[in-house]
Amino acid sequence: MSDKPKVAFYWCASCGGCEEAVVDLAEKILDVVAAVDIVFWPVALDFKKSDVEAMEDGSILASFVNGAIRTTEQEEMAHLLRRKSKVLVAFGSCAHLGGIPALANLWDRESIFDTAYRTSPSTVNPDGVRPEPSHPHNGDRVHLPGFYNTVRALDQVTSVDYYIPGCAPTPNIIAGAVETLLGGDLPPAGTVLAPDIALCEECPRLDTKPQELSIERFRRPHEVLIDEETCLLAQGLLCMGPATRAGCGQLCIRGNMPCTGCFGPTSKVRDQGAKYLSAIASMLGFEDEAAIDRALDGIPDPIGTFYRYGLAGSLLRRRKMSSVEA
Amino acid sequence: MPEPTENPQGSADGWQPKIVAFFCNWCTYLAADLAGTSRMKYAPNTRVIRVMCSGRVDPQFVLEALAHGADGVLIGGCHPGDCHYQSGNYKALRRFRLLKRMLLALGLEEERVRLEWISAAEADKLRDVVNEMVAQVKALGPAHLETPPEDWAVGLEEEAEAEAEGVTV
Repeated sequence: MSDKPKVAFYWCASCGGCEEAVVDLAEKILDVVAAVDIVFWPVALDFKKSDVEAMEDGSILASFVNGAIRTTEQEEMAHLLRRKSKVLVAFGSCAHLGGIPALANLWDRESIFDTAYRTSPSTVNPDGVRPEPSHPHNGDRVHLPGFYNTVRALDQVTSVDYYIPGCAPTPNIIAGAVETLLGGDLPPAGTVLAPDIALCEECPRLDTKPQELSIERFRRPHEVLIDEETCLLAQGLLCMGPATRAGCGQLCIRGNMPCTGCFGPTSKVRDQGAKYLSAIASMLGFEDEAAIDRALDGIPDPIGTFYRYGLAGSLLRRRKMSSVEA
Repeated sequence: MPEPTENPQGSADGWQPKIVAFFCNWCTYLAADLAGTSRMKYAPNTRVIRVMCSGRVDPQFVLEALAHGADGVLIGGCHPGDCHYQSGNYKALRRFRLLKRMLLALGLEEERVRLEWISAAEADKLRDVVNEMVAQVKALGPAHLETPPEDWAVGLEEEAEAEAEGVTV
């Protein structure tokens, strides 16, 4: 075994896009591979959990874990990699703030199982079979991980040193983060490895953002021909730019679509959704309640809009189930 | 008119709602002052935080209060047209209307968050609003929005016990 620094990659509740993002480094990945030994990467390399268990504690320089924590197995792997690594990096929106899977926190375990195994139109399950953590099979027992009621971000399960934001993190952000980690001059623990300014500040359309925005009606992207030059907020589109960290290279904006907030908030903001809500509401051009409410009807899904990637990492983390019909 | 809370020491099981109240410096806070100097009695469940303007109340403050165990949040500002800073209370209103939609979507009961315009002269309105809100929140019971949520692993213990007993659930 060489004495190059060891790194590991792992995925939890995620879509696989973060793994794809690593491959998207293209030829830069050769520099990474030349600089480090990848000792664990289930999606690409044939190492087992037992190989990781056999390593000495702290012998991995950095583990990059993507995905939210939703099952007992994911939690166990998070703890294992934490123990074996000097640095644990939450990679991508789901590990950082819960990501899309954390929108499941609008429901609970029971209602999710009920939908998936009973009521969804495509479900055919006459015997009402549910996933069982332990099931007899040919005289033996087979096991499944347990499924948590609430989806959590990685740092709600174990301590995390750094965060690489994004759904998925862009090649520039990943390359910059890897360079920082290998460079040895480490930033303070808890740092998000991306610029600490709002996306608006580096937006190519910033000059067209009026000093005082006065929005009369919110529009969804399919309802309007979007002008390619003008500030998207000024066009009534819910662009998350004011409450979202920069560093993505404004990919969505350049593609003429509003920011959906995947880089999470800057370090000055505790709750991305509340901060965005605050910004967008003060831009509304009305003073009487009925007109305000009519305009707000243009935001049909406030949670899915304000917390698309961050419900688990938000102040309240989930919906309270007792008072609502499941 | 709602009566003051009968037993400030608590209900039978000792639970009393905690209500965090953000009162604007120029109107509602003065109303609370007036209620005090007028020796009005009202429910002691509010923890008042003085802010310069209802427009200063960041929605994050409301969520933070709830996440720290508040059972309700009351925001008090100047009547429309009376804001010391011209339009802060309108900002508060717009934020509140949207925040309320979001909190309802997160399963919070309507009565737990409230925005009221209470001028410096309306000590009686302050008393009535606080009494009414305390009574409503009391009827609802504790909000239980503290993070981390207590029930994040619900269901797993039963599974583990069943497995230890060698049966499937």
